[in-house]
Amino acid sequence: MSKVIVNGKAEGTVLKTTNPINFLGAVDKKTGMIHDKKYDIFEKSIKNTVLVFPHGVGSSVGAYTIYSLKSHQSAPLAMICQKADLTVASGCALANIPMVIVSPEEFNSIKDGEEIEIDTNSTNIIN
Amino acid sequence: MELTKEEQEALNGEMGDTLQTAYRILLATGEATNAEKLIPIKWAHLSGVNYNTIGDSGEEFLRELSKDARVKVKATVNPMGIDFDHISEFEHIDDEFIKKQASIRDSYTRMGVEPTFSCTPYDIFDLPEKNTQVSFAESNAAIFANSLGGLKTNKESAFSALASAITGKSPYSDLRKDDITIPMTIRMKMDNPNELDFGMLGFFAGKVGDTSVNISGVSQPNRRSCKALCGGMGTSGTCAKFQFIDTEDDKSEKIDFGKEEMNEVYDELNTAEKGDLITLGSPQLGLEEIFDLSKMLSGKSFQKRCMIFCSRAVQEQAHNLNYTNEIERAGGEILSDCCTCLTPLIDTNETDAVTTNSIKGAYYLKNSTGVDVNLKPLSKIIEDETK
Repeated sequence: MSKVIVNGKAEGTVLKTTNPINFLGAVDKKTGMIHDKKYDIFEKSIKNTVLVFPHGVGSSVGAYTIYSLKSHQSAPLAMICQKADLTVASGCALANIPMVIVSPEEFNSIKDGEEIEIDTNSTNIIN
Repeated sequence: MELTKEEQEALNGEMGDTLQTAYRILLATGEATNAEKLIPIKWAHLSGVNYNTIGDSGEEFLRELSKDARVKVKATVNPMGIDFDHISEFEHIDDEFIKKQASIRDSYTRMGVEPTFSCTPYDIFDLPEKNTQVSFAESNAAIFANSLGGLKTNKESAFSALASAITGKSPYSDLRKDDITIPMTIRMKMDNPNELDFGMLGFFAGKVGDTSVNISGVSQPNRRSCKALCGGMGTSGTCAKFQFIDTEDDKSEKIDFGKEEMNEVYDELNTAEKGDLITLGSPQLGLEEIFDLSKMLSGKSFQKRCMIFCSRAVQEQAHNLNYTNEIERAGGEILSDCCTCLTPLIDTNETDAVTTNSIKGAYYLKNSTGVDVNLKPLSKIIEDETK
């Protein structure tokens, strides 16, 4: 079962990490590059991806990081999480980035690098 | 989440852009936390004040928003990047930073917030009566409010707390309810923990815990240790509440925090044998901590630069009580309105490593400021770095 947090439509390539993301601490707010070595997507950019990650962690200011990424055209096209947190939800709401919560099974079935379509108004949200 | 007719109208834009934006944020955060409705809150504490963290887009957003938005409830704000009273002593801070930081400060005051510029609102104000609903974005303050202050808040984001300040409302999420089941107990296995150990315990608990944890094996930590615990916990995870327990119940999952777990956190955050300068304060120091520090420094002097961060309110009280004299005589620089975390006052061209007792500070020094960190408890800092 998916749950829609922020409405919208997107289509793109999945960038998947098993690490919870601290947007303030680990993501460059202009380029979208991950600059914390502890992440399995270290030195990858989240720009224009469908970002799939467990949930956000850490500073509440991470919401501004998400908004800044959007302003610099470096934001993900959509975000898919396993658990919602207020930082990611509110950042996506203000930046108009579609965001969906999925079950652990669905989360596991999404593969890094695959093409994916999200439409929060459709019956099958993720295709 | 169910909205009232009035809330729905605001969401549809019938009451202007500002309220529409605010309700869009509240709706997303309400859905994210499975809340069934919005409820009134009495106090919002906002993050997103430091130009270093929110950048140009944040500065522009607040400038636009503040033309129209006004806070509806008591609202306080997090630290800025700099202390305007001491900015001439930091030549590497450029005019652009100062201008943008001033703009952010002015946007917040235009909206009607109290210019506290502090991550420790609980050190500045008397807390409202027990079970009062508040919206605190700063993670250490949210955890403190829920766990030690008797208040109720989500671990709000910068935008959800701002939306709460403007509307006076917040989603009625689990943490706001009276009977929450805490699913996990962290068993503290270290004897005589100092504040650094408590910071590491918090960092560990934040990583393994969900939204709330029990902590057993801890007796009456002092305020410095409590604040370190809140700061560490807020940095690493989504956990927004802890509860000290004496006797363990059988139902919750048990996880030990012993030497091995502590060393793992230490190795993640401690990357240097010594620092070029010392920072104290993340969270900012309270009056009691400033007093303790002045006693510890009696007859001693720092052998390197030491930046001490506290709120302006605490600095003024400390000054009036003559606590600051001894610290300044010992060479400590007391800075207000900013904090270790993400301050540009630390010149990375001149600093390779920083000594601190703050786990929260260590995380952001390492990952955002980009310097190495040398972790030590305050007693050891005084022992090693003063004469």
